[in-house]
Order: sequence, then structure tokens, then C-alpha cells
Amino acid sequence: MGAADPALVHRTVEAVWRIEAARIVAVLARLTGDIGLAEEIAQDTLVVALEQWPRDGVPDDPGPWLLATARHRAIDQIRRRQNYAAKLRLVAGGVTESHDGGYDAVLDSRIGDDLLRLIFTVCHPALPAESRVGLTLRLLGGLTTAEIARAFLVSEPTMAARLTRAKKALAGVEFALPPAPELAPRLASVLATVYLIFNEGYAATGGPVWVRPELADEAVRLGRLLQGLLPREPEVHGLTALMELQASRLPARVDPSGRPVLLPDQDRRRWDRLLIRRGLAALAVAGDLGGGVYTVEAEIAACHARARSHSGTDWERVAALYEVLFHLRPSPVLRVNQAVAYGMAGDPARGLALVDAVAGEKSLRDYPQLPAVRGDLLARLGRADEARSAFAEAAALTRNEAERSLFAARAESD
Amino acid sequence: MRYIALLTATRPDTPPPPELMEAIMKLGEDATNSGVLVDQAGLSPSAFASRVGVAGGELTVTDGPFAEAKEVISYAVYDVRDRAEAVEWTSRFMRAHRDLWPGWEGESQVLKVMGPEDFAPPA
Repeated sequence: MGAADPALVHRTVEAVWRIEAARIVAVLARLTGDIGLAEEIAQDTLVVALEQWPRDGVPDDPGPWLLATARHRAIDQIRRRQNYAAKLRLVAGGVTESHDGGYDAVLDSRIGDDLLRLIFTVCHPALPAESRVGLTLRLLGGLTTAEIARAFLVSEPTMAARLTRAKKALAGVEFALPPAPELAPRLASVLATVYLIFNEGYAATGGPVWVRPELADEAVRLGRLLQGLLPREPEVHGLTALMELQASRLPARVDPSGRPVLLPDQDRRRWDRLLIRRGLAALAVAGDLGGGVYTVEAEIAACHARARSHSGTDWERVAALYEVLFHLRPSPVLRVNQAVAYGMAGDPARGLALVDAVAGEKSLRDYPQLPAVRGDLLARLGRADEARSAFAEAAALTRNEAERSLFAARAESD
Repeated sequence: MRYIALLTATRPDTPPPPELMEAIMKLGEDATNSGVLVDQAGLSPSAFASRVGVAGGELTVTDGPFAEAKEVISYAVYDVRDRAEAVEWTSRFMRAHRDLWPGWEGESQVLKVMGPEDFAPPA
């Protein structure tokens, strides 16, 4: 390619960069044993591309060009620092300077391991959740500090400081795959980090908008990346299934004025069929491999995805899945959700018994959904007076305006 | 956001070289493992296709094959951050054709699929 529109070349550099960033940082981190240094060299490489490509044209194979350039700079750095230990690591890692075809093959087969090491390291449970999230988006997603700052509604200097602290904290973490006995808790930390990113996009905890699809998309892509890297881990597929299925509802989750639309009121014709298909496929794999908490949550999401209407959902199955979930990870909130499912399944008495059993829980004392669900079940049972007072209680507890008027209306009419 | 790349080309008389097929499979694997490629398929020749049109208040159905030399050969659906990324993945796909199938010519249209971001309320 000859000289082209500089703005176009600039966009191309950035696109190639985002596509390759995770792999480049992962390879550099193995070569240097230092994620902070790896990121520095990766940044230098990006600067080189931004200088050279607009002048000399985009190389024919831009991805491998970036990786080769980054690798050379890493080796130069190591030489310049005369770091004997790092040199040893290079030798031990079998990295040679030759450019024969064999090198690419070796590199290719190793990049998967390098990526896994990078993921496990930046999602190390020793790091605070916000550091894990920031580093994951920065080093695996290839997002700029400004982009991450925007996603989390903080200023760029604040996010830069947060990332610097996170990288400092990483200094004590070995860049290695977790040993077998640690694999389960370490993987749980990786999956929790990805799901945190997803939820920040799916139901933003702060800021003026309720959903941020770009953040949810980022998490779903990370889930798919993990599926390729850890194909035998059931919960990797379970979490990805859960995210694909939940993301399928994003187009219906907000009304034209930006207000949230909850599941019973969503226009299911707007659900994303491609994501549903992918979610169900991932769920089947997760189920075959044995499943886990995320897989059961995905099973519940799949009940909704398969149903043509809210009332036509297989609520008995939903209720049974909540029972399974409760045994895997007990929580009184699950009982409230399960009670809703029993109510929808035509067994409000059973639902009411569940709600009443957890009504004394401290953690649910200020939870407006508890009296609201109770009120709905009582109404279904024909106990109108009790239903009214339950809804009045719910209206007094909620801090959401839309919800308050909904509960208040039922407190008067039911 | 989501893009669909539609490959249009003259349908060749000979099957594509095996090296190209291998390169396409590898590229598809890369894109899938990056979480980016969410759907793709090849499309059958127009002999198996039909056109359903409305003109002058009339509905018409025409069965293929069609006279045009160029046909839509395949599609790929990418879930990426922006158009430049979709263009980069498509460029890799087209580059493989250029390098491994001498004389081949074609064009991919990279079209944005409307998504939640297109209906976002004013911030």
C-alpha cells in the first residue's frame, strides 16, 4: 500500500493495535517477566507504528509486523539493561532470533499460553476488583486509559493513577499459570472480573445511562476469548452463555427515552436472535462439561430466551433451577426470585411460603422487592387486604421513583 | 458493534486453491478465538436463489440463476469496537485471496448492523 489518507492510516494503526494488543503484551510479558515493562514496550511499538505507517504505508501483514517489532524492542531492552536473569529466561524460553518458518509456528502455539498467563495475572485475587477490571480492559481489551476512564465515569488522571497503582501491585505477582491446586479459585477470579465488566455495561451502577452496550460487548468478547483458551472449563462456557443470553436483551432493555424496561415488559421481538443462538450453543457445551453456578444462571436466562412471552415461560423449570442455584450458592434473594417463579407457575402458596421463610433475614430488611413479591403472591391468593399493605410497605422502601408509583398504585387498587 | 461483510465476486470455474481454504480456516479460527467473528457462511450459486420484488404495485418472484456475472459469495458477521476493526479483519480475508489465488478479483462490502448504540437516547 502506498501513501494514503493519514487519518485513515491512523485509524488502521489503532484498529490493528486493539486487535493485537493482548497478544503483544502477553508475549512481551513472558520475554521480560514484567507486565509494567511489557506494556511500556508495547506502547513504544504503537508509537513507532503511528510514526512509520503514515509515512511508509501500512505493512502487508500489520499484525505480525507489530509483534515482531515489539519482540525486537524487548530483546534490545533486555540487552541494554544487561539483565543476566532476563537473558537466562530468554534462553530457557527457547526464543531465538532466527526468522525461519519454525519460529512463527512455535510462537503461535505459545501465544495461547502467554495470553492465559496474562489473564490469570491481571485477574489475580490479591488485586482489588477495580484494579483487575482496569488492567483487564487495558491489557487484554487494548482500550486506552481515556476509554476506560469514560466507561467508569472517572477522570482520565484518576484512571491513570488507578492503573499505575494496579501495575505496582502486580510487581509481587508472578507472571505464571496457576499451579493445579490453585486453578479453581484463580479461574473464579478471572470469571468474576469479566462478569463485573459485563454487569457494569448491562446495569450501570452509576452515571446518567442505565446500560452501556460497549462495555457489555467487551466482556462478551473476553468470554469468547476464554472459551478458545480454556475449552474444557465448564464455567467459562457457562459465563459466556450467560453473557450472550443477557446481552441478547439489551436492545429491549431501554425505552426510547432511556428508561429501563424490565423483563416482563420487554418487546421480545427486539431481542437479538444471533446472541440467543450463540448463548444456547455455549450453554450446551457448558452443560456437557458439568456446569456450575454461571451455567445454572445461564439455564435460567435460557428459559426466558426460549419463551415467546413472559407468561409462556417455563416457570416450573425456572423455579427448579433456582433451587439448584440455591444449593450451589445460598442467598435469601434467590428465594425471592424463586417465589416469583412459583407465582408465575401457578403455585403462589408455595412462593409465599418461601418468601415468608426468608422475611426475617437481616440482609433483606430494606429490600423493597421482598414485600412487593409478597404482595403479588397474596393478591394471586385472593388475600387483597394483606396484598395492599405489602405493596404500601414496598412503596415506602424503594428509592426508585418509577417503582414507587407502581407499588403505590397496587397498594390502592388491589 | 456489529458489522456484516458481504463478499461479491465472479463465481470461479475452479474451486479455490487448498492453501487459500486453509488460510481462510486459520483466519476464521483467529477471529473466533478473539471473540470477534460471531457468524459466517458461504452462499450457494444463484441457480439456487430467487428474487422477490415489488415494482409498480406488483409482487414478482424470479428464480435464479441470474444473468449478472458477480454474485454474493459469502458473509461474515464481526462483533467489533468500530468500523476500522471490521475493515482490518476483512482486509486480512481479502489479502489471503490476493496472495493465494492468482488473478482472483472481488470486493467485500463492510456494512454496519444497527444495534442498541444506534438507538441510544441523547446523552
